Amino acid sequence: MTRVHDLAHGRAGDKGNTSNISVIARDTASWELLRRALTEEVVARAFARVASGPVRRYELPGLKAFNFVIEGALGGGVTRSLAQDQHGKGLSYLMLAIDLPDGNTPNAGEGA
Amino acid sequence: MSRVKDRLRIGVGAGFADDRVEPAGQLVERADLDYLVFECLAERTTARESLSLAKDPEAGYTPRLAERMERVLGPCLERGTRIVTNMGAANPPAGARLARRLARDMGLGDLSVAVVEGDEVTECLRARPDLPLLESGAPLESILPRLVSGHAYLGADAVSAALDTGAFVVMTGRVADPSLFLGPALHHFRWAVDDWSRIAAGSLAGHLLECCCQLTGGCFADPPVLEVPDLANLGHPFADIGAEGQLELGKCPDSGGRLDIATCTQQLLYEIHDPAAYLTPDCQLDVTGVDFVQTAPNQVRVVGARARPPTESYKVTVGYHDGYIGEGQVTYAGPNAVARARLAGEVILRRLADRGFVYEETRVDLIGLSSMHGEGEGRPEPYEVRLRVAARAPDRAAAAAVGFETRAMHVNGPAGGGGGSDPVVREVLAAASVLLPRTLAPWRVMLMEGPS
Repeated sequence: MTRVHDLAHGRAGDKGNTSNISVIARDTASWELLRRALTEEVVARAFARVASGPVRRYELPGLKAFNFVIEGALGGGVTRSLAQDQHGKGLSYLMLAIDLPDGNTPNAGEGA
Repeated sequence: MSRVKDRLRIGVGAGFADDRVEPAGQLVERADLDYLVFECLAERTTARESLSLAKDPEAGYTPRLAERMERVLGPCLERGTRIVTNMGAANPPAGARLARRLARDMGLGDLSVAVVEGDEVTECLRARPDLPLLESGAPLESILPRLVSGHAYLGADAVSAALDTGAFVVMTGRVADPSLFLGPALHHFRWAVDDWSRIAAGSLAGHLLECCCQLTGGCFADPPVLEVPDLANLGHPFADIGAEGQLELGKCPDSGGRLDIATCTQQLLYEIHDPAAYLTPDCQLDVTGVDFVQTAPNQVRVVGARARPPTESYKVTVGYHDGYIGEGQVTYAGPNAVARARLAGEVILRRLADRGFVYEETRVDLIGLSSMHGEGEGRPEPYEVRLRVAARAPDRAAAAAVGFETRAMHVNGPAGGGGGSDPVVREVLAAASVLLPRTLAPWRVMLMEGPS
């Protein structure tokens, strides 16, 4: 298992009931691995308990970064949420806690 | 006539209403700024302050306005660092009067303040019940009876016009965050509002600066993987903007934190959805071609911002009453702590229902296990866990009962529950958004100077 936290860092932001979470790869090999394995489906599954979705992934190859936009993630919106973490500040670490399936290690294949 | 400086240095003094105060003063004293910008309005702040204004005509600005101004007015006046801020919230004229009074009381003389008005569009909204709420698609009509206020996000043109008056301070209500920073560049360089490469650079500078220390190592440290030097002494960032739209970022000298490609990339994507179309009142900013170059320690050059014309509408934040939230907490520790906490949660909800209270939504959290990321498989049971019960209801009594029944767990619940919190009840001021044609929110500038 490779954890996203081993490959990347990121930050969560809020707008209304939508959370956006950046995932920024530490190097080119990690970027390529994440591009393959950290799909919208994988993220939607990891967030199923806290977000209704959908999840959209934007790629920024020049910065080796992704922007995940996750709808229905903030308990109806920051201002009326019952959650302790109304802004979803801590959701970046739910993203970073995702374990990618075996075979996804940074040095798999040619590496970089 | 003095030559226009070909490089403008804009620093940020605050990135949210409760941001720290002292580092803004250090930035002014050490970084040779031309402008200091305070961004202090959250989504709901204008609605909350509209309620303050309804009770007191001299209230309605952000609560820490005086504290911030007292710290920076002296050093700013001494160095000629002009101030731009949205701390006026729902009552910029009152915020301006307070700043002017503080300057007089501090022996700093007459402080000229340009006030931007026109963002408040509450009455205009009442006449447009058909407007759809962006979040739900429901018509504005559905919340009109509970409407508190509506404020449009004005753009950099308003800020620039306010600076054109020559006022030392610009006091606004709702202005889009990046526009607070683009405004000084428009004013200083006389950029055309459709000079898209320069508008892009100025807007990107604003976007990167508007959350203040999130650019310089705040909300970043994750030791030992991501270290932030001297986080306790975190310093604020500034941007050097060139006449041609060149952009270089820096950090307060002799402060903690870090400014590098990693911190810049995190902030670039902060609260952005489609990176090719970040909508501001000034442009549609495209950051997909942005690149960062570390030019020196804690110094980063930014290139590649692009922009297209803005949309025809202003985004308007609509604040409305949405009932009450009640909350209570109690802690369990030792063997079976989680099972006892879960039982307590069930008992509390059952008692609330038996008393006839009806809630729109209830929530039971086990802090230490599942309050932040929901339930998950394979997590070890914590030694202790804090139960948190929260519920939202249209009436205050139902909300108040939540904390009451939670603290009752001390005596009437499972074994060993302690540390019950004082019951919390708060009124919910919810925020939604609509789009309004720009022509319906004409802004204006009012200059306050001289003896009053």
